[in-house]
Amino acid sequence: MDIISQLSAELVAVLRTLFYALPYVFGYILLILAFSFIWQAVKRFVTPKHDYGSLKTVTFGDESAVTSNTVASVVSIVLIFVLWGAFTGSKILPSFMHAPGAFTGEGSFTYTVTTPDGQSDDATVTVVVYETGATVDAPEVDPGDGFAKNDSIALAAYRSGLLRVDENDEIGRDQDATITAINGVAIEPGGSVSTDFGRVELSGKGTPNVYPAKGVQMEPIWLPAPEAVWARLTEIATEGYRNSTLAEHLGFSLFRVIVGFILGAIVGIPLGYAMGLSNWFRGWFDPIVEFMRPVPPLALIPLVIIWAGIGEVGKIILLFLAALWIMAIAARSGVSGVRISKVHAAYSLGASKWQIMRYVIIPNSLPEIFTGARVAMGVCWGTVVAAELVAAEKGAGMMIMVASKFQSTDIVLMGIILIGVIGFTIDMLMRWAERWLVPWKGKG
Amino acid sequence: MSGLQIDNISMRFDLPNGSSVQALKDVSLDLKAGELLSVLGPSGCGKTTLLNIVAGFLAPTEGKIVLNGNTVHGPGAERGMVFQQGALFEWMSVRENVGFGPKMKGMAQGQKREIVDHLLDVVGLSDFKEKAVYELSGGMQQRVALARCLANEPDVILMDEPLGALDALTREKMQGLVLKLWKETGKTIILITHSVEEALLLGERLLVMAPRPGRIHKEYRLPFAEMGVDQDLRFVKKEPQFAEVREEILGMIWDMEEEIMGRKEGA
Repeated sequence: MDIISQLSAELVAVLRTLFYALPYVFGYILLILAFSFIWQAVKRFVTPKHDYGSLKTVTFGDESAVTSNTVASVVSIVLIFVLWGAFTGSKILPSFMHAPGAFTGEGSFTYTVTTPDGQSDDATVTVVVYETGATVDAPEVDPGDGFAKNDSIALAAYRSGLLRVDENDEIGRDQDATITAINGVAIEPGGSVSTDFGRVELSGKGTPNVYPAKGVQMEPIWLPAPEAVWARLTEIATEGYRNSTLAEHLGFSLFRVIVGFILGAIVGIPLGYAMGLSNWFRGWFDPIVEFMRPVPPLALIPLVIIWAGIGEVGKIILLFLAALWIMAIAARSGVSGVRISKVHAAYSLGASKWQIMRYVIIPNSLPEIFTGARVAMGVCWGTVVAAELVAAEKGAGMMIMVASKFQSTDIVLMGIILIGVIGFTIDMLMRWAERWLVPWKGKG
Repeated sequence: MSGLQIDNISMRFDLPNGSSVQALKDVSLDLKAGELLSVLGPSGCGKTTLLNIVAGFLAPTEGKIVLNGNTVHGPGAERGMVFQQGALFEWMSVRENVGFGPKMKGMAQGQKREIVDHLLDVVGLSDFKEKAVYELSGGMQQRVALARCLANEPDVILMDEPLGALDALTREKMQGLVLKLWKETGKTIILITHSVEEALLLGERLLVMAPRPGRIHKEYRLPFAEMGVDQDLRFVKKEPQFAEVREEILGMIWDMEEEIMGRKEGA
């Protein structure tokens, strides 16, 4: 019963988060629809188009009428960068497009101190909020007259601070003087008053807590601006990170993937052929392959580290295993997928067994093997990054893992983007090779 | 001894559940060189099994196949096969498909090229030599299959419903082409079909088979193939005798089908 209550508590937490996200999701959908309407209007205005598609009255449910709209893709990507820029105060966007940012600059508030015997005096606090990363000392201020003296405080953006205003006052808290008003508005401990720079709260003990407004932008420590990520990319590309250049990090990851994949294919394809052509081999390897296939390669990382350490050998063994089963299964189904009439035709044209292998079975299995290779490359790329997250001296995964420990969100983001770009490029190259090398795919 | 002897063939398949099916029982036939035989029968009468045995893809449980005095023990280049469809090699061009048999024999490039060019000319595909086979229509693909079979100079051509997947017009054109090739090359041809008309048009001899167990029900010797060689097939079909034999055979096959259905309902 305990586990059920734990799980239901988790579920409630997840649903609550989703619920809070709903307005944003709806907002995003509205944006999509708004851009769609704008594009429709522009298109009607620019090109009154009459093609086959425009003559269709039934397009809903007609799969052939649905193609990817390039404009939508471009707008979608641009919008991601615009939102990213707007909520990080990016310099690549004009400032009117920024979401309200954190307060920076100078503000002030006055507080009123009242002593138990009824005297009261006002003093001014100067608040300086500076950009994250700079260091600014609290300015010197003229103490002013009366028993309450003026104060000052310097805060980094997004930070708040308690200010012991009575420390320089002639009658302070130790004599039971209390703050009774901020900017002339009466206040009790625990209360809060809005000011020009944000708000001032009174702590339970009566000390003002200065909260400059945070706005709705993300702090760079959570989400750096696009140009910060770009700057980090150029910096790491030229100077390197952790004693290795960016090219070395990415090159090591790619090297592991390619070597692991090629080894997996060299062993996996003949294994698949043997399984497709011989009952004995199929019976022998079926249990092994069918058991190993559903084991995620990531689950093998600890074992591989125990056996082979964190060096290249361990990584390559892991990727070899990731590619092996996929390639073996692809080759097996490529062989067993050959139509018997093709084999019969080749036999009755006088082909020997070897010739049937060379001219019928191998070419017939190539499309399946290519599909397998595409899947295997994708899995290998994912696995190498994960393996480097666990332990590595170089590599894309290691780069972002180390960066995350130092809260270098810009490097983490940069790494994720590069990993995505490389994964996408690998898939595109595989597709291109497939079209070029096996044009008969799906035509049999 | 020339020609093809089908000598008392029986075929029994053992099923995984322990029972067995008698697909063919005591089928015997003597085919002279150059004869054109069409085989007709309801589904399940063992037509395709018989063809696969002649081709050497299956070994009969009893009996033997003798071609030109040699007993058949497996597939061979002297018995060419044309399948319904999907037996072309889509990773090869039209030229490579037709040249497959000569290539397997290790024939010299020039000689192979000559044969391929000639056969593609015969089937009317000279303009499509370098195309991929999947770029051709169904009828063209079957013409490639015919040319591929002929390139190997087989003694017997076995056709397993080669025109079954074609539309009516293309089918009629192809029937004319088969007759033309038969006459020009003088090959022995066994053609399996579902269509009574096709069997009449393309059968010097016509075999009607009966199911359960598969056996020869009746054999005809027909003049229509000879007539079709130099006449339009549509005129042949108008012959009074053509209609007569067609009705007779159709009635025969209907009776068999009804018997099968009746047995199934009874069981």
